[in-house]
Amino acid sequence: MTRLPLIYPYVSFADGISAIQDYAAIGDCRSVALISRQGSMDWLCWPRLDSGSIFGAIVDRFRGGHWSIAPQGEFRAEQHYIPGSNVLQTLFATPDGRATLTDLMPVCGEDYKQTAVVADRELLRELQCTDGEMIFEMDFRPRPDYGRRPVRLRTEGALGLRVDLGRGVGWLRSSLPLQVEGDGARAQVRLQRGGVLQYSLTYTEEAPAVLPALGAEAHAAIDRSVQWWRGWLTASQYRGPYRNEVERSLLALKLLAFAPSGAIAAAATTSLPERIHDSLNWDYRFCWLRDASLTVRALLGLGYVDEVESFVSWLLHSTRLTQPKLRVLYDLYGRMAPKETILEHLEGYRGSRPVRLGNSARDQFQLDTYGEVVEAAAQFAEHQGHLDRTAQRALIGFGKYVAKHWNQPDRGMWESRSGGKNHTHSRLMCWTALDRLLRMEKKGLIRGTPVQEFLLQRERIRHQIEERAWNPALRSYAKVLDGEKVDASLLRIAWHGFERADSARMQATGRRIMERLGAGEGLLYRYKREPEEGAFGACGFWAVEYLAMGGGTLEEAHALFREQLGFASAVGLLSEEVDPETGDALGNIPQAFTHVGLISAALTLEEQERRRAERPKDRRGHDFGESAA
Amino acid sequence: MNWQSWLLWGFVATIALTTLSAGAQGAGLTRMSFPEVLGLAVTPSRDKAKLYGFLLHVGLGLVYSLIYVAIFESAHLANWWIGGLIGLAQALFVLIVVMTLLPSVHPRMASEHYGPTAKRVLEPPGMMALHYGVQTPLAVIASHVAFGVILGAFYHLR
Repeated sequence: MTRLPLIYPYVSFADGISAIQDYAAIGDCRSVALISRQGSMDWLCWPRLDSGSIFGAIVDRFRGGHWSIAPQGEFRAEQHYIPGSNVLQTLFATPDGRATLTDLMPVCGEDYKQTAVVADRELLRELQCTDGEMIFEMDFRPRPDYGRRPVRLRTEGALGLRVDLGRGVGWLRSSLPLQVEGDGARAQVRLQRGGVLQYSLTYTEEAPAVLPALGAEAHAAIDRSVQWWRGWLTASQYRGPYRNEVERSLLALKLLAFAPSGAIAAAATTSLPERIHDSLNWDYRFCWLRDASLTVRALLGLGYVDEVESFVSWLLHSTRLTQPKLRVLYDLYGRMAPKETILEHLEGYRGSRPVRLGNSARDQFQLDTYGEVVEAAAQFAEHQGHLDRTAQRALIGFGKYVAKHWNQPDRGMWESRSGGKNHTHSRLMCWTALDRLLRMEKKGLIRGTPVQEFLLQRERIRHQIEERAWNPALRSYAKVLDGEKVDASLLRIAWHGFERADSARMQATGRRIMERLGAGEGLLYRYKREPEEGAFGACGFWAVEYLAMGGGTLEEAHALFREQLGFASAVGLLSEEVDPETGDALGNIPQAFTHVGLISAALTLEEQERRRAERPKDRRGHDFGESAA
Repeated sequence: MNWQSWLLWGFVATIALTTLSAGAQGAGLTRMSFPEVLGLAVTPSRDKAKLYGFLLHVGLGLVYSLIYVAIFESAHLANWWIGGLIGLAQALFVLIVVMTLLPSVHPRMASEHYGPTAKRVLEPPGMMALHYGVQTPLAVIASHVAFGVILGAFYHLR
């Protein structure tokens, strides 16, 4: 047999588990799975992305469970998405052959669901040998509820393998017979060129299980899914130079959108560490209001009005139980996120313990969320030209709350666990909330705003920021009032229209942030801490926007943007942070905040390029900089 | 059947149910609003939905009260506790059956299986309407029991 050249990179492990950036995500807008470059599904939560895991090897190699399909022996591999889709392909190469593993959660339009019986949840894996001959090993080890519940497997003849998974039942079907081995199933198969092997795993909790057909029907499901994603992507209005990166970020964001309610989760995982072998591990499978304005900006800027409508509707109506107060985060149905607990039995990603469920930030007091929600609603209202009365009342309620409480210390956008402080960014967002409400009142989008009160409080906030957040000795705005440290969130001052990016103070602040928080190669820490965590992905994109809006030149902004893009994974996904030493991804993945940061920066670059072409000498900030005053 | 008494107390009981539901929503106990959910079935405008939904809710309340009255008449018994028991049964029916079926018939409500399309804007209520807040079942039971108690206490048998 001809020996084939090994064209793909070696598959590498650290401590027996893949690097975070070596995971790609698939999903159906209700749940997400992560698949490593070795073809191992190491993370899957069903039925929702915040449910207990069925495969969780990423947080415990032994107890977490996995489903791997990989060549026997040493091999090389690379991954990519089928262009324009969230259908993943892993290409394997050994000296004897090549094969493609296609992984997806089948998706289709609601019209199709009226004509066919579709499984509640399904994972489809198709392996095709494209060259030579290869031996593959399949290892199926489900471990429901983070490995806490027992699993029972039973062969049911031609129907496949029935898997009792606690509250639900799974069915694993295969185009070849499966053998149960204890609490898992294994198979070894030799594939020759053109040979195809298919697996379908379905799951249901409430209704009789659907057993999808394999063969041509499974292949049709793959085609249908690719077409659905591509059809959805055609709505994108971005035509700038970073189209591939923007579209991949958009597709990643869509994976994190929970279609039944309209919520968008911050990430698909829990407890992937911000420092390896450390305890900065958090559960991000909830919806953070902090992400609201950037998320709306990204989706609206790309033309996804339906998604924005769903999201803003979720923001305003799911938070009704706590209005006018807002919690920092909510679960996917707008309920209080679960209390933070620790899964003591799990070893954590590469020994980074603990693995947490829930998030204690749910009880924190954060003032920036009000500005985020009002800003998000304002963007949507200004686009639509109207806002219903319930939404108007809710927004004015937020404004009144801000007008009364803006002067209080809070935990800030980074959710400090060491008590409240007078965060400059929180003051900025209080100013933003009142400013946008006044702007909407002026445009006739809302009625009943206490204009005089809001004007008065907005000016008081401005005065306080200008007087106490500006540190003349530091020559910069400071992280907290009367403070001496900087924070990357201060780059948002210009974006929210409080001050122009080319003002003397903002230029000085930008320089100080780059100097004090720069982590090399365009990366930025969000703030200084000892020991250092990774550089924060979103902050790098904020710096791009700051430069593009007048803090620097457009050329500098483009150069910095390209540097940031270099830290995306091979398939274009971004996590929360980057290790400046190694360039490795850190934290949960895919991370919505980082991806919306990328999209927003790309949109700002495009807007500023357009402005420069229209008015070469104009260096004004973008539209959100327009204040109501 | 005493038509006048049915019409009067059926209407009063429905208004009481609607008021209690709105009160529970206003007090932050639940995000459930029957009138709004009903109204959004006929119009996408949340403002109009409240009015249309209120009218639909009153109409439905009168229809439901007919069943109560039929039970009172057939049992030759009408008092507050039998009305309350029927109200409890109706509340459980609404929470367990109607809430589960609602996403299948409501044109602007997503289901648990919905997606990835993002067009509809109402989230599904889930089993016992718990997605609308953990205290929703209590609010629904209280308002329906009150509905039954009023009807049972004040309806005059023929």
